[in-house]
Amino acid sequence: MNEVCFKNLNKENCWSLAVYEASGGYKIWRKILQGKLTPEQIIDELKASGLRGRGGAGFPTGLKWSFMPRKSDQQKYVVCNSDEGEPGTCKDRDILRFNPHAVIEGMAIGGFVMNASVGYNYIRGEFMEPFNRFEAALKEAYSAGLLGKNISNSNINFDLFSHLGAGAYICGEETALLESLEGKKGQPRFKPPFPANVGLFGQPTTINNTESFASVPEILQKGGKWFADLGVENSGGCKLFSVTGHINKPANFEVPMGLAFKDLLEMAGGLRPGRKLKAVIPGGSSTPLLTAKAAMAMNMDYDSIEAAGSMLGAGSVIIMDDSTCMVKTLTRLAHFYYDESCGQCTPCREGTGWLYRVLRRIMDGQGKPEDIDLLLGVQGKIMGNTICALGDAAAIPVESFIRLFRKEFEYYIEHGESMVKI
Amino acid sequence: MMIISDNAKKQIDVWVAKYPAGRQSSAVMEALKIVQAENENLLTPEAISEVADYLKMPKIAAAEVATFYENYNHKPAGKHVIRFCHNISCMLNGADDLIDYLEQKHDVKVGEVTKDGRFSIKKVECLGACVGAPMLQIDDIYHENLTEKKLDEILYNLR
Ligand SMILES: Cc1cc2nc3c(=O)[nH]c(=O)nc-3n(C[C@H](O)[C@H](O)[C@H](O)COP(=O)(O)O)c2cc1C
Ligand code: SF4
Ligand code: FES
Repeated sequence: MNEVCFKNLNKENCWSLAVYEASGGYKIWRKILQGKLTPEQIIDELKASGLRGRGGAGFPTGLKWSFMPRKSDQQKYVVCNSDEGEPGTCKDRDILRFNPHAVIEGMAIGGFVMNASVGYNYIRGEFMEPFNRFEAALKEAYSAGLLGKNISNSNINFDLFSHLGAGAYICGEETALLESLEGKKGQPRFKPPFPANVGLFGQPTTINNTESFASVPEILQKGGKWFADLGVENSGGCKLFSVTGHINKPANFEVPMGLAFKDLLEMAGGLRPGRKLKAVIPGGSSTPLLTAKAAMAMNMDYDSIEAAGSMLGAGSVIIMDDSTCMVKTLTRLAHFYYDESCGQCTPCREGTGWLYRVLRRIMDGQGKPEDIDLLLGVQGKIMGNTICALGDAAAIPVESFIRLFRKEFEYYIEHGESMVKI
Repeated sequence: MMIISDNAKKQIDVWVAKYPAGRQSSAVMEALKIVQAENENLLTPEAISEVADYLKMPKIAAAEVATFYENYNHKPAGKHVIRFCHNISCMLNGADDLIDYLEQKHDVKVGEVTKDGRFSIKKVECLGACVGAPMLQIDDIYHENLTEKKLDEILYNLR
């Protein structure tokens, strides 16, 4: 446990440069500055590590870095996605607060590999404490001569800046994030072109999640194989899981991939007295709901969670016990997506409104028997018909909540109140 | 009347310096926040338009940003803005009851300002601190693991 991003978690001032360096921090970066590592070697290690993007989509990081046109003489950028906003997700905040230098080193290494001399860390606007920690760490790194132009006469340039959001979940979507970084509304772009070709300010750009970047230095220090072996086939390494909801000790846990869900549940202190597990969202609000039975049988890795019927997503495990009203919970999520849709695509803009309003009227005791089919119909029309994945994210909970707990919806419509009596 | 103070300009310039030459409009989100903070937590159309001028960008582009993002106040807000998370992890841990408690105790509704102008309440989406649910943000500070007692203390100390 706590071997990579959270390695120094229990040390005093774990966010300081001194503590980071004492545990081997910036060793890889210094090796690069001394010309002792090539981009190809780094990409090979990352591929061997099995590191997959921790922002939710799980795309292999080594492969992503190899897509950048590193030989072209255009200005290139690396961008860190610290816009963390997926309901249930709260790990990047802790990485920024407790290990900001790992993010800086990871981004600098990325800059070198992809021949990008400028980086931005897009931090969500509410994260002032993490932002201040990151800024302080940046200052330390600049004063130590680890960032800037022609760093230690290496001919390597890397300037890193932080950018703050202003409250919009959609800016976590990578192309919306780029628009936002350019000082615009955060509305996702059509792809292709992909950011690796046309990204920030029209230049080649790679965007990775905070946890992805923060994992890179430790992987390169200990070797890709070391990291891969921590985890299981197809899910290399360890991962941060945010365990929240109806649980005794909600917390972030950095554990090996493939850990049994029931062990994770136990680490988080188990359920509250007298309560039974009802359902679990394993990867953040955008991933399908699972029954207690399916969850208890799965392991925390990409393939196992997929086999159970959901997705690992950002590793945000939301625990619901038998006091949970599924109608109310889904209504809450539907409201979230309705609120956060950027409004560009008709199916998403209109569909999320329909979903919320129909659920709202069920909650208000005005539901009609045909509402369940209406909800399923609307979610089906959103799914796969939008520019970005927020549309799918809004549709997915509706489908899975109704499929698994249809009776609760029928009961609510018939009786105008919840079937769950706490 | 000039809305942007010299001090605000200095702060905005720090942000402008982070972006390539000619890309100063990347600083608009922060510039709007800086100006809002100096004007009793309110972002007026005049302020938006001055920010646009200062950053040499079209007024409509600055106005689009000001209305797209959630962190700007277009109606008078309290001296402090309480941003209460009511998303899933906080909801499962009793956020709704705590919001009701807050409303009743201080005779103020979500979306309104208290009579003495001391604070206003907003319900917001997940603030990325779900392990500390239920939680809220006041100004730049997060308060986690809330209870009625803790809420009372926080509000007592809010001047
Ligand atoms: C609606 C939406 C919200 C997203 N929010 C985030 C986020 O908060 N943080 C994040 O890293 N990725 C988020 N993503 C995924 C990003 O688009 C992107 O895949 C990711 O940042 C890539 O980094 P990775 O390869 O390291 O995972 C979001 C995607 C969508 C569609
Ligand atoms: S799917 Fe929704 S959030 Fe995404 S671009 Fe379309 S309208 Fe915007
Ligand atoms: S759900 Fe409240 S902080 Fe995430």
